[in-house]
Amino acid sequence: MLELLRSLWSYRGFVFSSIRNEFSARFARSRLGGLWMIINPLAQVAIYALVLSNVLAAKLPGIENKYAYALYLMSGMLAWSLFAEIIGRCLTLFIDQGNLMKKMRFPRITLPVIVVGSCLLNYLLLFVALLAVFALLGQWPHLQMLWLIPLTVAVTALAVGIGLVLGVLNVFVRDVGQVIPILLQVWFWFTPVVYPANIIPDRFRAYMDMNPMYPIVTAYHDILVYAKTPDVTQIGVTIVISLALLLLGLFMFRRAAPEMVDVL
Amino acid sequence: MSLLTVSNLGKAYRVYASEFQRIGRWFGIPTKPSEEHWVLKHISFAIQPGEAIGIVGQNGAGKSTLLKMITGTLQPTEGSVQVNGRIAAILELGMGFSSDLSGRQNVFHAAGLMGFSAEQIADVIDDIEAFAEIGEYFDEPVRTYSSGMQMRVAFAVATAIRPDILIVDEALSVGDSYFQHKSFDRIREFQAQGTTLLIVSHDRGSIQALCNRAILLEKGTVIKDGRPEEVMDFYNALIAEKENATVQLRELEDGSIQTRSGSGEATIASVTLHNAAGDPIEYVSVGENVSLRISTKVNCAIPELVVGYLIKDRLGQPVFGTNTHHLGCKTQALEAGETVSYSFNFAANLGVGSYSVAVALHTTDSHIARNYEWVDLTLVFTVVNISQSEFVGLAWMPPTVESN
Repeated sequence: MLELLRSLWSYRGFVFSSIRNEFSARFARSRLGGLWMIINPLAQVAIYALVLSNVLAAKLPGIENKYAYALYLMSGMLAWSLFAEIIGRCLTLFIDQGNLMKKMRFPRITLPVIVVGSCLLNYLLLFVALLAVFALLGQWPHLQMLWLIPLTVAVTALAVGIGLVLGVLNVFVRDVGQVIPILLQVWFWFTPVVYPANIIPDRFRAYMDMNPMYPIVTAYHDILVYAKTPDVTQIGVTIVISLALLLLGLFMFRRAAPEMVDVL
Repeated sequence: MSLLTVSNLGKAYRVYASEFQRIGRWFGIPTKPSEEHWVLKHISFAIQPGEAIGIVGQNGAGKSTLLKMITGTLQPTEGSVQVNGRIAAILELGMGFSSDLSGRQNVFHAAGLMGFSAEQIADVIDDIEAFAEIGEYFDEPVRTYSSGMQMRVAFAVATAIRPDILIVDEALSVGDSYFQHKSFDRIREFQAQGTTLLIVSHDRGSIQALCNRAILLEKGTVIKDGRPEEVMDFYNALIAEKENATVQLRELEDGSIQTRSGSGEATIASVTLHNAAGDPIEYVSVGENVSLRISTKVNCAIPELVVGYLIKDRLGQPVFGTNTHHLGCKTQALEAGETVSYSFNFAANLGVGSYSVAVALHTTDSHIARNYEWVDLTLVFTVVNISQSEFVGLAWMPPTVESN
C-alpha cells in the first residue's frame, strides 16, 4: 500500500499533466470547450424542470422559493453526475488505456487517479456554475456548504470503489461494460434525484435504505436546498460502505494488474 | 554486479474455462487454468554494464515478450528479472501523444509517463527541441505533424536522459535517413558513455556493427548466446533449415566456429583462392586480381544449382556477396556424381584486414528456397597493403586529387 502511494507520488507530474492535458484538449477545437461539461448537466436539469416541475413541485415541502424544484434537481444532479462519471470512466478505463499499458511501464494506479482528478475538476466547475444559478434564483452560499467536502470524498470513494471493481472485471468479462450503463440508469431512478423522497410508497422505503447513494443525495438536498445540517449517522454508514468498496477495488486491482496486460 | 539479471524467466498465457475461475484465483480460490501457452521458458542470462546485446530470432520466437518483461510492462509467470538501473525502451515511439496538444506539451507529458519530474524535463526541453529539429512546429499541435516529425519528437524524448539500459527495436525506422543517422549516432554516443544496449533486429549488419554479444531465441528458449558472428551464422543456417537438414557447428583451430547446414543434395568439395598466376594464396595485396575457385559435388539429381559466396570482414559484416544466378551462369539438370567447378575472378579492392568467405549451394536466387549446403568460414584470407598509398576502411576506392 505504501509502495503504491510512493509510486503515485513519483509520478505526480504525469498525473497532473494528464489531467491538465485532458482539460485543455477539450478547449482545443471547440468554441465553448470545457463549458460543455457544465452545459450538459444543466440542460438535463432544465429539461426535467420543464417537464416535471408542475407535477412534482407541490410535493416539495418546506421551501418558499418558487424555483424549489429546480434547486432540488440541481443539488441531486451534482452528486449523481460525479458518481456516474467516475463509474462510467473507470468501467472502460483499462480497456481504453490498454495500448498504453501494453507498451509503457508506469504505475497502473495513476490511471484511476487521473480519472478521479479530472472528474473532480468537472465537478468543481459544475459546482461553481450551480452556485451562480442558485444565486440567480435567490439562494445564496452559506456555511453549511462546508459539509459538501466530506460528502464529496464519500461519493468519490464509493464511485472509485465500484468503478475499480467493475473496470477490472470488464477487462476479463466484456459484458460488464454493456450491462453497467443500464444498471446505472436503473439506479438513478431508484435514487431520489428527480423526485422527492417522500413520494416513495412506504413498502419500498426499506429497500431505499439499502441504496448507499440515497443518504448522500439526501444530504446534498439538505445542505443545498434546505440549508440544514445533514444526517451524520446515515452518511457515516455510507462512508463505511464506500471505504470497504474502495479497499475491495484496490485489492482486485492489485491482484488483476499483472494479468490485465495479458488479455488486453 | 550485473546490470540486468534474467533468471529462469518464463511466460505463460493462461486460458480458463470460465473467467470467473480467474477472478476466483485473486481471492485465493484454487482453480486450474484449462490451458497454458508457454511462449517463453527457462530464459537465463546476465548483462554487464557497457555490453551491447543483439536479440535475434524468427517471428514468434518470443523476442517481444522477453523485452516486455525486461521493461516491466508484462509480468513473468515464473522466474524473475532484476534490473539495477533505469531502462528506456524505443519500441513504440509516440505512445501517449495527444494530437491536440503541441509538441512541447506532449514532451512534458510523455516524459512524465517515463517517470521524470517536471523540473527534470524542464532541464532538457531545449535539448529535445534542438535534437528533434522541427523548428516552429514544436509549438504546434501534433496533429499537424508529418509522421516523421512525430517520430523525431518521440525519439528525442525517449533518449533525452541517458538510461542505463537502452532497448531498441531496430525495425523501427526513425524518420528520414538524415535523422536515422542522427539517432544512430546518439545510440552510439550512449554506448560510449556506458549505456548497455539491447537491440532487436533481423539485420545482420547492425547487430554485428553495434553488438558484442548476441542471443538467439527460438520457440521461446535461448538456443545460442555468444559472439554476434557466430550467432548470426547459426541464425542464418536456421532460417535455411526449414527443411529436414541439420545444422552443424565445428570449432576451427583459431577458436571461431564454423556453421555448416543444408539438405546435402550438392556439397562443396573445395574452396580456394588463387592469384593471377594460378597459385593458391592466403595473402592478397590491395587491388590484386584474384580468382575464387569453388568446386562442388552433386550427390543426387537436382534440377538447378546456384553457387553463391559472401565475403565478410573480421566482424562478420558482409562486404560483398553474389551468386551464379545473378551473374547469369546457369547450371541445370545435374546428375548424381557430377562435379562442377566455378571460378569467380575479381580484383580484391578491399581494405587491409582479415576476411572470410561463406559459400552456399542452393536453387534460385537465395539460400532460403532450397538450401543444399551452406558453409561459413570456408576460407580466410588477409589483405595486406604492399603497393598502394596508405588508406583506411573496408573498400579500396583509389581517388585522384587536384588542388587549385
